[in-house]
Amino acid sequence: MSTAGPKAHYSLVIIGAGPAGLAAAAAAAGHGLDIALLDEQRAPGGQIYRAIESIPAERARLLGSEYRRGEDLVGAIRNSDVEYFPDTQIWSLNREREIGLVHGRSAAMISADQVVLAGGAIERPVPYPGWTLPGVMNAGAGQILLKAQGIVPANGVVLAGSGALLLLLAWQYMRAGVQIKALLDCTPMHNHLRALPYLPRALLARHYLLKGLQYKLDLKRAGISTLQNVSDMQADGEQRVESVSYRHRGRQHTIKTDLLLTHFGVIPHIQLSQAAGCRHYWDKSQQCWRPQVDEWGNSSVNGILIAGDGVGIGGARTAEHAGRLTALEAVRALGRVSQHERDRLARNDRKWMREEQHIRPFLEAFFHLPGKLLAAPADDTVVCRCEEVTAGAIRKAISEGHDDSNQVKFLTRCGMGPCQGRQCAESVTHIVAGATGKSLPEVGLFRVRPPITPLTLEQLGSLFPDETE
Amino acid sequence: MFKRLDSNPSKRVTITIDGIPHEAVAGETAAAAVLLSGIDCTRTTPVSATPRAPFCLMGVCYECLMVIDGQPNRRACQEYVAEGMRIETQRGPGALPE
Ligand code: FES
Repeated sequence: MSTAGPKAHYSLVIIGAGPAGLAAAAAAAGHGLDIALLDEQRAPGGQIYRAIESIPAERARLLGSEYRRGEDLVGAIRNSDVEYFPDTQIWSLNREREIGLVHGRSAAMISADQVVLAGGAIERPVPYPGWTLPGVMNAGAGQILLKAQGIVPANGVVLAGSGALLLLLAWQYMRAGVQIKALLDCTPMHNHLRALPYLPRALLARHYLLKGLQYKLDLKRAGISTLQNVSDMQADGEQRVESVSYRHRGRQHTIKTDLLLTHFGVIPHIQLSQAAGCRHYWDKSQQCWRPQVDEWGNSSVNGILIAGDGVGIGGARTAEHAGRLTALEAVRALGRVSQHERDRLARNDRKWMREEQHIRPFLEAFFHLPGKLLAAPADDTVVCRCEEVTAGAIRKAISEGHDDSNQVKFLTRCGMGPCQGRQCAESVTHIVAGATGKSLPEVGLFRVRPPITPLTLEQLGSLFPDETE
Repeated sequence: MFKRLDSNPSKRVTITIDGIPHEAVAGETAAAAVLLSGIDCTRTTPVSATPRAPFCLMGVCYECLMVIDGQPNRRACQEYVAEGMRIETQRGPGALPE
């Protein structure tokens, strides 16, 4: 929108223009505050409502009705006084709420009285043999190609893993006429039992369950059946993936394919909240690290609030409600509404958010990943994709007495490549815990230091214009 | 590996991938254009020179690093095609721009 770039200071900066960030920005607008909404993408919507403003109607229909919800969220921002900056990468955030960013070609530091982090989730990286081969991608990547660009697999696809997105993508591909060679569900069978106690509460949000069942039924009618309880899935090939092999009902199988899309659930993207020094904890049920927040989204760092899937996986609707709640809290902290007024304005969102949560314990139990998948990659499986560190190399470091994540990182370079540990931090924690018998919190996560995204020399130079001119 | 749903898209631009001209569609990312072109490997790793390709398409995995308009280490999934864009496979850590 603006090529001028953000100003040096705002009363409120919101980072991320998905459902949480968009809802937060809309709720904070109209209170006479100076607000900036920063987002790394070129257009608003986050991953879930990606391309919502530009998508052709035909393609939007393929995606299902829930996708359309993004239109109102984006519309509210377009008609507000919020300054929206797309194409903006954040490379640092500290306790003083100073934000390092790159907008266009130049880097800048800005500050804010209140910051709302709405960075959303990433797909959980799970290392398995062959996951680095060209032709192996995240299911989310397949969905991004479909949503944003109308691009689909040309020669069929194998879908594998566990989680709601896998089913949704299969359904969307089916509607787009894509050949699904196999749908390999790696969810362990005993998860059905594990999830059973949560079913009564989940029935309070039965529309989610019904939708899932409808997708399954539609797929079945189209002749696409899901193989349940698949294990030992791996991708094989020399220069690229050529086939996928797996175990099903005690037998080994192989399918030829030039594309494998996998999904193992989503986890909060915590790089920024970690950089800011917010306290995080391990959530056993969601199997991920989460920043600690109170009911209004306040993190352990004063003036930094977090909303949406970046706090814990709750889905797009929960993210919207949480976005509005954190915005109201920030507006209160900035003295624009009283506590009483905040509570009044928040009433509906709090109620709806509680209702949204009915389904979560069931989903979390149902899609609980087996420890074997997370903590026991074979020794020759690459864990750190950037620096090509194998599980064996990590175990060797552990056996030499390096028994926390950061020591392993220092010794093996695991997590020191361009992605800065985004794709291996979790696995390293699991492997160390598995090998030492320590708990995950004891093993800890990689420390995160700015810049959290690589900066070029040119961008660094633009931070100090006087010296380079 | 991939194809466009719409076989007759508007707003085409011409780009080159490893020196070979390709048609892309405005609004597409460089990564999408490369995947459509049928090229398997978008970079080789600095450590063992094995082939890699885009993995997440949302900016977090850094597997899609390519040389774009002479600049190495650009995430192809975060760059949008433009008329005349030059996209090249990145070998190892990526040579410095001339
Ligand atoms: S494909 Fe993951 S960063 Fe581009």
